[in-house]
Amino acid sequence: MSDASPLQESADPPPPRETPEEQVSYLRAGYSLKSWFFTTDHKRIAILYMVAIMFFFVVGGAAAVLMRLDLATPSADLLTSDGYNRAFTMHGVIMVWFFLIPSIPTTFGNFLIPLMIGARDLAFPRLNLLSWYIYVIAGFFTLYSLVAGGVDTGWTFYTPLSTMFANGHVMAALSAVFIVGFSSILTGLNFIVTVHKLRAPGMTWGRLPLFIWSHYATSLVLLLATPVLSITLVLLAAERMLGVGIFDPALGGDPLLYQHLFWFYSHPAVYIMLLPAMGVVSELVAAAAHKQVFGYWFIAYSSMAIAALGFLVWGHHMFVSGQSMYASAIFSLLSVAVAVPSAIKVYNWTATFYKGSVSFDPAFLFAMSFIGLFVIGGMTGLMLAMLAVDVHLHDTYFVVAHFHYIMVGGTVSAFFGALHFWWPKITGRDYTKMWGGLTAVLIFGGFNMTFFPQFLLGYLGMPRRYHSYDPEFQVLHLLSSAGASILAVGYMLPVFYLGWSLRWGKPAETNPWGATGLEWTVPSPPPKHNFEEVPVVVEGPYHYPLKHPASRD
Amino acid sequence: MSFVTPLWPPQASAYAEQVDRLFLGFSALTVLLVLPVFILIGIFALKYRRGRDVDRTHRTRGSVWLETSWAAGPFLLVLGFFAWGVALYVDAQTEPVGALEISGTAKQWMWKFSHHPGGQREINELHVPAGEPVKITLTSQDVIHSLYLPALRLKQDVLPGRYTTLSFTADRPGTYALRCAEFCGANHAVMGGRIVVQTPRDYAQWLSRSGADKSLAERGKLLFRQYGCSGCHGPASSVKAPDLAGLYGRPVSLESGETIIADDQYIRDSILFPHRAIAAGYPPIMPTFRNVIEEEDLIALTAFIRNTRAEDWREEE
Ligand code: HEC
Ligand code: HEM
Ligand SMILES: [Cu+2]
Ligand SMILES: [Cu+2]
Repeated sequence: MSDASPLQESADPPPPRETPEEQVSYLRAGYSLKSWFFTTDHKRIAILYMVAIMFFFVVGGAAAVLMRLDLATPSADLLTSDGYNRAFTMHGVIMVWFFLIPSIPTTFGNFLIPLMIGARDLAFPRLNLLSWYIYVIAGFFTLYSLVAGGVDTGWTFYTPLSTMFANGHVMAALSAVFIVGFSSILTGLNFIVTVHKLRAPGMTWGRLPLFIWSHYATSLVLLLATPVLSITLVLLAAERMLGVGIFDPALGGDPLLYQHLFWFYSHPAVYIMLLPAMGVVSELVAAAAHKQVFGYWFIAYSSMAIAALGFLVWGHHMFVSGQSMYASAIFSLLSVAVAVPSAIKVYNWTATFYKGSVSFDPAFLFAMSFIGLFVIGGMTGLMLAMLAVDVHLHDTYFVVAHFHYIMVGGTVSAFFGALHFWWPKITGRDYTKMWGGLTAVLIFGGFNMTFFPQFLLGYLGMPRRYHSYDPEFQVLHLLSSAGASILAVGYMLPVFYLGWSLRWGKPAETNPWGATGLEWTVPSPPPKHNFEEVPVVVEGPYHYPLKHPASRD
Repeated sequence: MSFVTPLWPPQASAYAEQVDRLFLGFSALTVLLVLPVFILIGIFALKYRRGRDVDRTHRTRGSVWLETSWAAGPFLLVLGFFAWGVALYVDAQTEPVGALEISGTAKQWMWKFSHHPGGQREINELHVPAGEPVKITLTSQDVIHSLYLPALRLKQDVLPGRYTTLSFTADRPGTYALRCAEFCGANHAVMGGRIVVQTPRDYAQWLSRSGADKSLAERGKLLFRQYGCSGCHGPASSVKAPDLAGLYGRPVSLESGETIIADDQYIRDSILFPHRAIAAGYPPIMPTFRNVIEEEDLIALTAFIRNTRAEDWREEE
């Protein structure tokens, strides 16, 4: 066994035998609460994150449902103005910091990084558990601010509204975001050290799956950008609580300073949300095409380029803020540049399908959905980078549509794609493919119906964060609300068939998709310590066709 | 409910038409760049779907030539639009000479405008003559707001403690939306009104109908006395304070050694934060008028200081 390539997989399932202690699946290694809440196993921590994150996805989603219902008519009927403002603030805070930023890295990243590089765990397993607890504590602060009455500043906390005028529970929300930042920082640190130090023998940088490259890039951004946010929030708190004049001009401060600091973090943060999704899609595309990805190094380095360039474009959020004309021109140019590495990825994915052997599995459909929606989100982002266009579209529904196309259309599709692709590995169960495909199609259709009309609304001049609006906008708003209900059905379907699979699904094979990658060489679900013997890697990733494809069907 | 959905926002200026052209041009480019990707993925996925017997030999793992061309090609195309976007933006940001001056103050949740020459004031409505350049100087009394005129494709954030400006020439008479685009608290969504673009004749009529008896500068002159400024700054005063006549637009040397141009912002700061920038050679005795003078009065005072030449000053006292 020791000289065999780890990427080879025997066609027949291993004969049943008494499994030794360390070969017991991670799911069966203890059933007590303690074995979950004090685990240091990266796979169990990934499940803990999954549960917590899905909870917040539902809470954030509920706020969205309230808003969409209210926006079905031009007048303010369902919510009060204050209530509406609190709904979109909570929606933004929760979706950004409690769903999107941690979503893929802390669940699939946590689960897969050690498996993909041939390690037994992350470099700092206890730190990993600590990150989860920090996330949960921060989550309680968020829930407190929600239950206590909400926050009315928008997730952007612009000054001086947030420091001197807002009367919601701003401090609780600030604390939540401040605390959850440490969870991000520790996760980033853990991933970086793991990728540097724990690669299996023969797993050179050039043999890393692209999922690892994108998580590595993400981790660098997490580590470098998050502290800026933490400090900014401390300054905000100092002004709100102690009246120290930093941002409020009435106290001698500068309100634009806040925007610079905030976007210096928050623009890189959108890449924290996006890069892991791109890593997922690279894996899904290669597995669907059963082919070596086209332009491996271009995709790998484009992740690094995005991470670096992402720090240089924050000013594109401030074109109408009164920032200097020259600064705006430079930020506009840099924003065009930051789109190049993303475009490179899309073209390479496309080329990967050429002469592939493409299967229409749910994971493939989600990957297609990602590419389609992300491309539209990206191109409209470029439109917004054109100065004169942005002056008209800034702070309108066009922007709302743009970032939902990227964050929901892109990242959330990739999240669902990852869920459908690695579900058999994580749970050891197969689900019904047909339902997965149907979900992908529903989400794609519902999404476009929800958010495409918002591009039109934006160009017609409908500002965002509006509780009531001119009746001329109603038709488009109604369409959007109707689409949202389809979208909601799409998001809820997996609860049923994936839930069903947990109990009644067929036990999954080791390699149900016939994919390359070390994670597909260990049993499904993987044993507690991942690898019986340390794997030795002798070839690059995506070495298709497999010599002994573990055939399905 | 209304089933009539406008397909395109009204264009009230030549500039708006140009922005639309840029937007549509870029949309065309988007289609040009995106369609090949979608079509190729579709073709590849169907042609090479698993189990289908097709020629899969001569697969490649990459091509530097291809990578370079699909990185550089679209980039250069977009650069063209970038230049176009910058040109239009610079155009909009450049203040026209001889523009009609209007001041705007925003506060939670109301817009107030004053017309400099006639001193007319209006709330949540803005009347402007068609075909004449207009310059609006904006400031906020509380949080950040944003003056958004969709029919002109223009928007400018309105900051507390700072002046920003928005200039335009509206061409097409009509009534268009005026909205607040920056979230500013509970009633953000209803902080709007309309901009009325009128033929110069109608505008002149409107001015006389809403007849204020004093121009903004004249009102400022009154305030200058009411707030006691003239006690120190007036020519008859015994206090050593700078003569403000002809100050506007001139460089001022400060005690700190710096030199600063006396613009709207400088005059405003001199009144609210006199100790931040002391004029060279004068004692720092000017009291602060923070929390005493409202934004609108500040604007009137500034208009007065700006309009007074040395001669007017003398004959006044
Ligand atoms: C107690 C006397 C006093 C009063 C009252 C006073 N000022 Fe002043 N002001 C001064 C002195 C002295 C200076 C020069 C020192 C400095 O720059 O602070 C000055 C400076 C200024 C400047 C800057 C001039 C420059 O050359 O740089 C402006 C503008 C100004 N005052 C406006 C006003 C206005 C408007 C008022 C009424 C609201 C007012 N002042 C009331 C004494 C006064
Ligand atoms: C599932 C269906 C969703 C619907 C119908 C929806 C709807 C909305 C609406 C109506 C707004 C407020 C826009 C305004 O008032 O100007 C909004 C804002 C926002 N949404 Fe969503 N949303 C959905 C999902 C998501 C998801 C999944 C995310 C993140 C992953 C997300 C991220 C955001 C962000 C960041 C904002 C901006 C908040 C702010 O400006 O403060 N949304 N969304
Ligand atoms: Cu950005
Ligand atoms: Cu507002």
